[in-house]
Amino acid sequence: MKIHEYQAKQIFTAAGIPVPDGEVAASISDVFQIAERLNQPVMVKAQVHVGGRGKAGGIKYAENAEAARVLAQQILGMNIKGLTVGKVLVTAAVEILSEAYVGIILDRTSHKPVIMVSAAGGIDIEEVAAKTPEKIHKLYVDPVVGLKAFQARNLAYKLYRDIGQVRQTADIIMKLYDVYWKNDASLVEINPLVSTPGGKVVALDAKINIDDNGLYRQRDIAAMRDVEAEEPGEVKAREADLSYVKLDGNIGCIVNGAGLAMATMDLVKRYGGEPANFLDIGGSSNPQKVVNAMQIILSDQNVRAILINIFGGITRCDDVANGIVKAFDQFKPSVPVVVRLTGTNEREAQKILAKVKLPTAETLDKVVMKAIELAGVGM
Amino acid sequence: MSIFVDKKTKLVVQGITGRDGSFHAEQMKKYGTKVVAGVTPGKGGSSVAGIPVFNTVAEAVEQTGANTSVVYVPQAFAADAVYEAADAGIKMIVCVTEGVPANEMMKVVPYVKARGARLVGPNCPGVISPDQCKVGILPGTIVKKGYVGVVSRSGTLTYEAIWALTLENMGQTTCIGIGGDQVIGTNFIDCLEAFQADKATRAIVMIGEIGGSDEELAAEYIKKHVTKPVVAFIAGQTAPPGKRMGHAGAIISGGSGTAAEKIAALNKVGIPVAGSPTEIPGLLKEAMKKSRAKAKPGRPVTRKKATVKMAGKKLTTRKRSTARRTVTARKKRK
Repeated sequence: MKIHEYQAKQIFTAAGIPVPDGEVAASISDVFQIAERLNQPVMVKAQVHVGGRGKAGGIKYAENAEAARVLAQQILGMNIKGLTVGKVLVTAAVEILSEAYVGIILDRTSHKPVIMVSAAGGIDIEEVAAKTPEKIHKLYVDPVVGLKAFQARNLAYKLYRDIGQVRQTADIIMKLYDVYWKNDASLVEINPLVSTPGGKVVALDAKINIDDNGLYRQRDIAAMRDVEAEEPGEVKAREADLSYVKLDGNIGCIVNGAGLAMATMDLVKRYGGEPANFLDIGGSSNPQKVVNAMQIILSDQNVRAILINIFGGITRCDDVANGIVKAFDQFKPSVPVVVRLTGTNEREAQKILAKVKLPTAETLDKVVMKAIELAGVGM
Repeated sequence: MSIFVDKKTKLVVQGITGRDGSFHAEQMKKYGTKVVAGVTPGKGGSSVAGIPVFNTVAEAVEQTGANTSVVYVPQAFAADAVYEAADAGIKMIVCVTEGVPANEMMKVVPYVKARGARLVGPNCPGVISPDQCKVGILPGTIVKKGYVGVVSRSGTLTYEAIWALTLENMGQTTCIGIGGDQVIGTNFIDCLEAFQADKATRAIVMIGEIGGSDEELAAEYIKKHVTKPVVAFIAGQTAPPGKRMGHAGAIISGGSGTAAEKIAALNKVGIPVAGSPTEIPGLLKEAMKKSRAKAKPGRPVTRKKATVKMAGKKLTTRKRSTARRTVTARKKRK
């Protein structure tokens, strides 16, 4: 799960990591009031779940409250990479001497958190990592022992020579690791971490992604979810306990299991179609899940055919078949539906499905080809 | 033969009184697995499907000699259950439970390893050695005893691949679902190593998906250490970057972990990658033919091995008949 910069900065502040004073606003008048209260030049920063906000024009400098009001008019409601800006962070502008990068992420190969620092921070950090990887310093932390002070200091020396700044940075890195670990984060990032002419080290930006598997024990963070900043179909799917990702194609896919769902999408593409979504109904056999899945997919205007592919293990095919029949009872799908049910209770399922007379196929490849044919695309 | 679980497996089911635990304990028992105990704190003394229930894993081990455990307990207690199993001296732990936080698993995995135990999972369908033992939730109806080792990061996609093999009469030694999470106890390389060492396994199917670099590392390992033919399948070619596709590990981040990269790495070391799960059996047959030709031009190498084995050990009727079948099958193919 992603949270906004202003939320991440709240977590930073609580952990004792220095950030510029600021507040979030959803209206032009609020932006004006916050800027007036700060009574100094400010930055107006779009709060959207996407990288490259600055380059897209979503982060701007304002000399005073009046200028901030004008900027708010531009940025609020603006579209950045398909997402509408609903909130902005109004934050005190900081004079910058140098920009560094600090990030912590899980290294899957070593099964350890890896802390990455670079003195070449800022908007081009990805290019730095790609072109001059020697400028990125890494430390793999033993998750059982945790981060030690000397390790944080060693990393800080890669960024600054001044002992005052090294101490501040080491302290920030220790606290950042704590934030990473205690909040079940999958990523924490400060880019840029800046030094000011006064010798202070400050986190100008803050990014925290949370491991979805940890949300059950991170209630405060789960409550930070900004539903308006997410794709509506994905929100609805999550509420219905389905795993759904919207794509741009026109073949709707309902599958059990993440791997099989991806493989089904791949085959749609292989046989000349374009998948409209990833949708995993999970291992449970609740017929209502199938009904919900159908509804979510049908709400996508691009969908021209629905493909249901189930390999029954724990999931029972007859339960899925009951769900399909139920869906047809409740609303007549406006597009063709083609079904393949294999595995546990397959025969019972076929009997149930006979009621709705749907086109079926025996194999994975055949059901995909059939769906593409019925959608009238890919020919 | 097989890897990880077999006739000697004596299983304890952690979370046996739960909905999933009780259902699957019965399924595993029906399949022929020696399910010797169940564990649910506070339910000791009761029984589920004729299986005695204990309060602790230690007690279950002491009373029944259990050497393998399978974990069905809810998300919030799964890590604790794995610690408990390792602490009680269990050497093979399969964690079916999904949704265990990565920060938890980062500590669990080294703990289990330090005790000389193996963890498969979490968030995995488990391990099945056809006609011997099933630990987890893999459906027993789709497997068939044979010579192919199957290892996969996925669940139902694995079933699809196994079923395709079974339909082509290509049975399996062991099928393992290692799980789709970021931090898992057993990875591709562990399984490849075990399959390479297992005499009954003559070919390997590896099913990967987007995210991480386990498939690339596996490709490197195969090049150096695996002489048996391998065929792969990679799911997620159409997955967009930055979106998590169900599994915690299935996410393309920072431009790496794409299906294209993985397929290229596998192809580079000569591993064919199927375009559809249904193509796996065909590709595997081809790869086996090629590997035989490479191993001993003119004379099939398996036959020689079989002869040596027959001369060296007293073969049971069953083994001899398997050997004979192999020869006949080869003749047919010619």
